[in-house]
Amino acid sequence: MTERSTVADLRSHLDAVLGGAARAWLDQATDEATTYAAAGQTPGPARTSAPAATPVWELRFAEAGRRCGPDHADAARLVLLHAARADTDALTRLYEHGTATERRAVLRSLPHLVPGPDALPLVEDALRTNDTRLVAAAVGPYAAAHLAPQDWRHAVLKCLFTGVPVDAVAGLADRSRADAELARMLGDYAEERTAAGRAVPDDLYRVLALTDPSAVNGGEAPAPTGPEGPAAARPDRSAPTGPAGPAAPAPFAAPSTSTGEEQES
Amino acid sequence: MRIFDPHIHMTSRTTDDYEAMYEAGVRAVVEPAFWLGQPRTSPASFVDYFDSLLGWEPFRAAQYGIAHHCTIALNPKEANDPRCTPVLDVLPRYLVKDNVVAVGEIGYDSMTPAEDTALAAQLQLAADHELPALVHTPHRDKLAGLRRTLDIVAESELSVERVLIDHLNETTVKEAKDAGCWLGFSVYPDTKMDEDRMVAILRAHGPEKVLVNSAADWGKSDPLKTRKVGDAMLHAGFSDDDVDRVLWRNPVAFYGLSGRLALDVTDTDATHEGNSILRGGA
Repeated sequence: MTERSTVADLRSHLDAVLGGAARAWLDQATDEATTYAAAGQTPGPARTSAPAATPVWELRFAEAGRRCGPDHADAARLVLLHAARADTDALTRLYEHGTATERRAVLRSLPHLVPGPDALPLVEDALRTNDTRLVAAAVGPYAAAHLAPQDWRHAVLKCLFTGVPVDAVAGLADRSRADAELARMLGDYAEERTAAGRAVPDDLYRVLALTDPSAVNGGEAPAPTGPEGPAAARPDRSAPTGPAGPAAPAPFAAPSTSTGEEQES
Repeated sequence: MRIFDPHIHMTSRTTDDYEAMYEAGVRAVVEPAFWLGQPRTSPASFVDYFDSLLGWEPFRAAQYGIAHHCTIALNPKEANDPRCTPVLDVLPRYLVKDNVVAVGEIGYDSMTPAEDTALAAQLQLAADHELPALVHTPHRDKLAGLRRTLDIVAESELSVERVLIDHLNETTVKEAKDAGCWLGFSVYPDTKMDEDRMVAILRAHGPEKVLVNSAADWGKSDPLKTRKVGDAMLHAGFSDDDVDRVLWRNPVAFYGLSGRLALDVTDTDATHEGNSILRGGA
């Protein structure tokens, strides 16, 4: 799926679901963004920039939630970012000035708009927050493609900590496979939870199974969501019911077969 | 009893407060941008604060089933500090945000020329952004402050019907009502208003355009004062409909003037309620 067809599809979808007023608003906002891109304007970067420095399409980007409705705001914002040909500088400016929902839209746009790792600081910022909307948006395909191994492992762990379903983690099976360090971190976390008499998140065992070097890729491609890994690969999960006995976190990857960080992009 | 607290500084409150507020019937709040107790020294501090009002705080509130909106402004106290006033140039960027339902708190603290300038400029910003304005009346010299506020509002492009005058009391309510403003009352444990005086004011002036808030913040205050006023109203013989009007429909009508009020609490993506507020995720 190319970036162009994805955004075009989104636009067609919006045209089908938005009411007349919202569609007219989006038409005009898209025109404004296109005009901006054609003029090749570059506003000043400062966080405290004067109002005159704010391109009109960036104001439209902020308004998209109330104009198109919260359910369609991410899609509308992506359409605007694409029309404006937003580069990493523009995306960074919008993220830094954005509400949580605007930041989420920027994070979700990254795989469509930024080919290289330049926008990683935005992902890293989102992963430092405790806002699960941002954490979930940060672990999409852009993170799968570019996030450094240790940061990616911490992102997975953070999802487990904060209750973000690991289904949100793009490329989970591919990046987990044969990752002995991730397996160790998961095992330690399971042990810590068990020692405290607290339940181990089900998702932990799912990821742990995926770290097995022989784990089969459950049809997972670069798709951002969807079932990860075959259920059959999940270890027997005898509920850790007491403080006694550390979790016997089943199938650790044999460390010797893992190349660790080197094998990650 | 469904309650909308139209003025509360949740940034200064705990999750226990959110829980107790929900228990008491609070389903929506507006958090006005204000002073933090400790003076700020640069516009960047304001920007971080505004980001919090538009990011983390609505997220916290949603985890307790409460819809959170905010108002954005340079407050009158810090309008006197030249290190802070450049934030006025940043405000337009924030006044377009979906969750911003008014310009506020603006108004007077000591009634200085710098406060005149900031108030007039921000009333204009409200008119430009089709937002209503939340105007605080000063603690000291309140009646004179109210009169000067009403003069500046009358000179502005913002209709007086889009202005909520807050922290009113027995001495200021009549002039604010005669001017056609919305009428805000902050009910505090010791200062400002209390429940019984609030009931007396409602008896004397009626519930039309009256909003009651806790204005709870980092000082001695009580986030459940809205509920206590509702109970006092019922005890004094007001009907359920009167209570609903004051504690829900009036704030919905006033902040609804923004066209941006969204009262469905959209749950966050987290499956474990409240979990990310635990320290484990930090």
